[in-house]
Amino acid sequence: MKRYVMTIDLRRCVGCQTCTAACKGTNATPPGVQWRRVLDLETGEFPEVRRAFLPVACMHCGDPPCESVCPTEATTKRDDGLVAIDYELCIGCANCVMACPFDARSIVHEQHFAYGESQMTSEARRFDPGRVGVSMKCTFCKDRIDEAAVTGRTPGVDPEVTPACVNSCISGAMGFGDINDPQSGVSQLLAQTQHFRMHEELGTEPGVYYIWDQP
Amino acid sequence: MKKPVPGASTLAAPKPQKNWDWRAASNFIAGGAGGALLFFASISGFEPAPTRMAILFALILIGCGLTCVWFEIGRPLRALNVYRHIATSWMTREAFVALAVFATGGLAWLLVQPLLALLAGIAGLAFLYSQARILAANKGIPAWRHPRSVSLMVATGLAEGAGFLACVASMSGASISFWHALALLILIAIRALVWKGYLAGLTAEGAPEGALRVLDGIAPRLAVFGHVLPGLAVAAALAGMPGRPALMFAAGILVVAGGWFLKYTLVRRAAFTQGLAVVRLPARGGGPAGPAVKPGWKPVPGAKAG
Repeated sequence: MKRYVMTIDLRRCVGCQTCTAACKGTNATPPGVQWRRVLDLETGEFPEVRRAFLPVACMHCGDPPCESVCPTEATTKRDDGLVAIDYELCIGCANCVMACPFDARSIVHEQHFAYGESQMTSEARRFDPGRVGVSMKCTFCKDRIDEAAVTGRTPGVDPEVTPACVNSCISGAMGFGDINDPQSGVSQLLAQTQHFRMHEELGTEPGVYYIWDQP
Repeated sequence: MKKPVPGASTLAAPKPQKNWDWRAASNFIAGGAGGALLFFASISGFEPAPTRMAILFALILIGCGLTCVWFEIGRPLRALNVYRHIATSWMTREAFVALAVFATGGLAWLLVQPLLALLAGIAGLAFLYSQARILAANKGIPAWRHPRSVSLMVATGLAEGAGFLACVASMSGASISFWHALALLILIAIRALVWKGYLAGLTAEGAPEGALRVLDGIAPRLAVFGHVLPGLAVAAALAGMPGRPALMFAAGILVVAGGWFLKYTLVRRAAFTQGLAVVRLPARGGGPAGPAVKPGWKPVPGAKAG
């Protein structure tokens, strides 16, 4: 069985926000909502200061707390590891937003656009009323993953079936693939590096691995 | 005018949750008290008139709470979808229990039949417990997911229910026995102890600094107005001071107000998110990797991570 995960090499990320822009462009999220963000972490005290960039989004957990609290079964964990939302079932109760330890979910209760009430042409073309008043988050570009299942192409290898953020990354910091396939790029990379998953102590089994050093 | 840009690391730090406002808080505030009031009304042994008054009041409280939360959800016309996930969702279970509460509670109010009242009381307790588990299931809010939050929500709900019963009895002229007063005093003491244990546990195991600041900030007021003063009023009633109904009414109101203040604080003001963190900062250039970073959390020696 496949288990799609993402790898993010923190040593390579330069904080350019290209993945953020690619996600926004691909998914047409409303103003103020970013399914993918890159945080700029400045820590320490002079002269011992450090700076790192931390890309975050839905972790597509193996044991997603958002799925278990959802009263409507709108949030489900798929067999391939993706955590998906059925916008037709969601009632917008926000229980999943509270359950997510990664600030990955958001709800927009009223439609609004970049310049107020009036839509730009691109917004009018891509506005989805079905996403108003319901929970939403990063999907790992599931339409592309679904296409891979049909066409036989490989997510993480073939760009057409790879999440937009991974395709856009200018430094090669982001990887995507099936961790249950020992030959996949992500499996090989994780075997060669030291990595962690965020808030692993909470037991949600996140599907995003952060690489921080060589062994 | 441009909005100020948040500081670099503040974006990763825990923030107060913004999705559950006063409407969601009202469900926990009124619903928990109503569920417990239903239970205590069912075992109070009062005359039919005050029992009916207490049952009706409990149903109104629960109904108001659920109505408030209905106004909060993003797609209210799909509200019946809430019944789809009983396997793991405490919100679904709360919704099913609410049906039982209104069915048995409504019949108990109409017929004042002891067995029906008891069934309604048990449903009321189940409603209170479901609400406590809804909060605790939210891993994204450290102040809620702490295991002791369940006992805290149940303890304050029971104290509020007993407090409301004291008020109803005082207003309706029902005889308030020694045992009624003693039960309220014990529930006040239990809530005080459970609150203290919850706060100590949260502090010891670690929580966002903002959440601890808010909870520590209400502790003195909760102690005085929610525990000490109502405890003294009940003790005075037990000691036989004149004006027992007035003393019990005052104690009941203070216990309820204290509990509602506590729950509003917990659901709204102390509900800081987990925030984001890294276990190690990456090795960059020729330098070594750096230590863990967890903005907005105070390091707790020996505490488990989280």
